[in-house]
Formats: sequence, structure tokens, C-alpha cells
Amino acid sequence: MGSMKEIFNSLLLKELLKGLSVTGRHTFSRKITVQYPEEKTPQSFRFRGLHALRRYSNGEERCIACKLCEAVCPAMAITIESAQREDGSRRTTRYDIDLNKCIFCGFCEEACPVDAIVETRVYEYHGESQADLYYTKPMLLANGDRYEAEIAADREQDSKYR
Amino acid sequence: MVETLQQLLPGFLIPHFNWAMQLGQGFFGDLWPSILTVVWTVIKVMLIIAPLLMAVAYATFAERKVIGWMQVRIGPNRVGPWGLFQPLADGLKVLLKEIVVPANADKAVFLLAPLFAFAPALVAWAVIPFNEFLVLANVNASLLFVMAVTSVSVYGIILAGWSPNSKYAFLGSMRSAAQMISYEVAMGLSLVVVLMVSNSLNLVDIVKVQNEGRFADMGLKFLSWNWLPLLPMFVVYVISIFAECNRAPFDLAEGESEIIGYHVEYSGMSFAVFQLAEYSAMLMGCTLVSLLFLGGWLSPVAFLPDSILWLFLKIFSVLILFFWVRATFPRYRYDQVMRLGWKVLIPVSLIWLAVVACWMLSPWNIWK
Repeated sequence: MGSMKEIFNSLLLKELLKGLSVTGRHTFSRKITVQYPEEKTPQSFRFRGLHALRRYSNGEERCIACKLCEAVCPAMAITIESAQREDGSRRTTRYDIDLNKCIFCGFCEEACPVDAIVETRVYEYHGESQADLYYTKPMLLANGDRYEAEIAADREQDSKYR
Repeated sequence: MVETLQQLLPGFLIPHFNWAMQLGQGFFGDLWPSILTVVWTVIKVMLIIAPLLMAVAYATFAERKVIGWMQVRIGPNRVGPWGLFQPLADGLKVLLKEIVVPANADKAVFLLAPLFAFAPALVAWAVIPFNEFLVLANVNASLLFVMAVTSVSVYGIILAGWSPNSKYAFLGSMRSAAQMISYEVAMGLSLVVVLMVSNSLNLVDIVKVQNEGRFADMGLKFLSWNWLPLLPMFVVYVISIFAECNRAPFDLAEGESEIIGYHVEYSGMSFAVFQLAEYSAMLMGCTLVSLLFLGGWLSPVAFLPDSILWLFLKIFSVLILFFWVRATFPRYRYDQVMRLGWKVLIPVSLIWLAVVACWMLSPWNIWK
């Protein structure tokens, strides 16, 4: 008897009509598409995007070449060389991040004792070759100078949770 | 033709027109009437094909829009106002792409195969009536002609699979061909029922017969159309049309992600012609459903006039059904496609054929 009912139901296309009614209802529902260049999805202040090297407010670069970020980087994307500066402080002579390798885990930022290397909210950048995505120290410092206000505000907001 | 044009043309052109007619008569003599017929036919053919190709282009756009809405997206909206120039952009892109001919392919057949698939879908429009008088060729066996011509598109598929010398394309084409031939049986059987009740193979007559009946006399003409008394056949026919056009949920040939179809070796414009063929076959199928089961150009109720607009409205509605189904159902597996065709649709249509035959012989015959 049950199988008879099943055959009858499938001949009446019952399940097909049910499926059609679902898609039919959704035709007129509000669309959830975000039209990207004009509209953007909300972003967390913890967003991990493009890297930057920060400076103190007197213009001195924060990085002290401790190489903790280089050590912690799981993708081995960071390369650091250091030397003594004329004033006797230790500074980096080379600070490169290969964004082709970077997995944007944020460990470098966590490891940094002086909050020098940070990940900004910026995600709209591109490179037309792999070389374009190899960021050197001046490029990273320039990023830091450019986005310092946003970086500082985001760190301020995050400090409550640390 | 001459009389029609004399009615259609604005008054100031008629002397010029008559003068041109006389000039032609004087120059060609006895050949003139036949030349006129050829020219007039070509004009009529172009009047069908040009809007048809526009309709095909915008069917692709409508499909993307409708499926987008059903998936809670908004669909293409970037090219032109509301995305209306999207088909043009697609066409341009496809024209600029390279047609790659495989090294071991039979080049001529490879390039001709898309046309073999495309041409039948256009030829069939020759006998489609848009209203009682607006038909390019009102032949007596027009339905038979449509069946015969649309079947030829299977050759396009087989040649497309065979000519590139590729195993995948060959297997895909065999599967598609087998699918189309299987469903042609069910489709033919459901058409037989329509032929029985309308007692004619002429599409104009088939539509006219749907204008008669008890409900039509009461003014509710849409209840007299074939879809209601022949409801199971209507369903069988629509499903077979889906399979005939290789449309979802029977679009095995196009299962981009999982399987390969007959057009796996095609690229650029040669691939696009297959798409054109699919869409014009789909429009053809929608038109046939509208003519055979939904009363063609007849208006649904008596107080509204019959009009070609009703036909367009019906075709569009059936087209939306195609999109709706594509947005809803997952693709069938190949053995399921075959099982549905041979073990469900053919028995159902055979049984209903017998039922209708008995019904017509019984005293409750509603068709006379």
C-alpha cells in the first residue's frame, strides 16, 4: 500500500511542485547581493590585510630587528637582516615580506614586542607579477605612514580585549 | 503579395510602387511573378529569423536574470541600463575568441556540425503559425514537418562528437543522441493523442479546435484548451521537451563540473552556435507547447480578443518555466534519464493514449 502511495505521489510530481514553490517564493524575496565596488560588507577592526611597519610619533621606526616575526612566520615569508646604526642602536637593514607566501595569519603582529609590524585593513591592492607582491622595508614603512591613523584607531579599539 | 503591400504602404508611395512593378514586369516578362514570390518569401523568412535571433539573445539574458532572482541574487546588471546590453557583450566576447580545431579533427565536419544543430531549429519556424493568417507556410502536415525537422538536429550532435576525434566528445554525443531519440518516442506518443482529439496535423487547425467545447461556449476558453483534458500528456510533453532541448534537469551534455558532453572540443563562436541552437530549440519547444496545449493565439476568456500577443505571452510563460526548473532541480544521472524516458513517460503516454481512444469512442466524447 505504501509503495502504491509512493508511485501515485511521484506521478503527481508532488515533490517537484514543492521544490518549484520554494524557488518561486525566493524569486520575489529581497536580494542579498552586495554590489562590490559601490557597496562593501562590514569589516572588523581585527581584519588582517596588507602589512605595514609603524613608526613612533617622533618619526623613529619601531622595529628593533629582534626577528621574532621572522621566526614565528609559518610560511617563512619574512626576511630580516640587521646591523648597528651610527647611534649604536640595532636596526634592520632589510625587512622583506613576500606576500606570495604570506598566509595572513597575523602571527608576526602577535609576536612583535614593539608593535612595529602590523596588518592593516587594506585588501584592495594587486600585483601584476610576483615581483610586485614582494614588499621591501621602504614599501612597508610607506604603508605604515599612509595608514597610521587607521592602524592606531584599530589597535585602540582592540586593546580592551587583550 | 502585391495586394498586401498596396494595403500596407503609405499612400504617397503607392504610385512609385506600381511604377516599380510595371518596370519589373517589362524587364523580366513572364519570370516576374516567380521572382516576386522568391523575394517576398525571403522577406518573410527574414521577418521571422531576425526577431527570433533577438529573442534567443535576450532569452539568455532573461535566463540569467530569472535564475539570479530565484537564487536571491540580482543577476547581470553591469552592461548598459539594468544590464540590458549583456547579450551584446557576450556575443562580442564569443566572436573575439579563437576557434580551436583539434589536430586530428575532420575539419570540415567539425566546423559544419554546429550548423547542423542550429539550422533545424530555425527551419521548423517556417510552419509555425503566429495567428490564423500569419504563417510562412501553412502546410497540411505542419506538425509532422516540425517533428521531422527538429529530429535532424541529432545529426549535428553526433557529428560534433565524432568529428574532433576525441573519445570524450564521442561518448558525450552518443549519450545526448540516445537521450534525444528516447524522449522523441514519448513526445511522439503524446502528440498522437493531440492529433486524435484535433483530427488534424495542421497547427492552425489544432489551435482552432481548442476554441470549441463546453467551457468555450461558457466563455471560459482556457478550460477548453488541450492542457486540461489531456493533462497527463501535457506534463509528459513538457518533460520530453526539456529532455529534447538538453535542458536542465536533463542537461547531461553541459554538466560543466562533472561530465563531458558533445561540445567539449568546441570553443569561441563554434561553441556559441551550439548555445544558439539550444536556445532556439527551446523557444521552438515553448512555442509548440503553447500551440498544442495552451491554445496558441486564443485569448483565455471570451470577452478578450484573440491576438498574437497571447501567443507571445504563452511562449514567454513556458520559457520562464524552463528557467524555473533549471533553477530548482539537480541534474539527473544518465541511467535515471533513461529510466524516466523508457519506464515512466512511454508507459504513461501509452496508457493515456488508450484511455483517450476509449473516451473518444464512448458516449462522453467531448471532442466529436
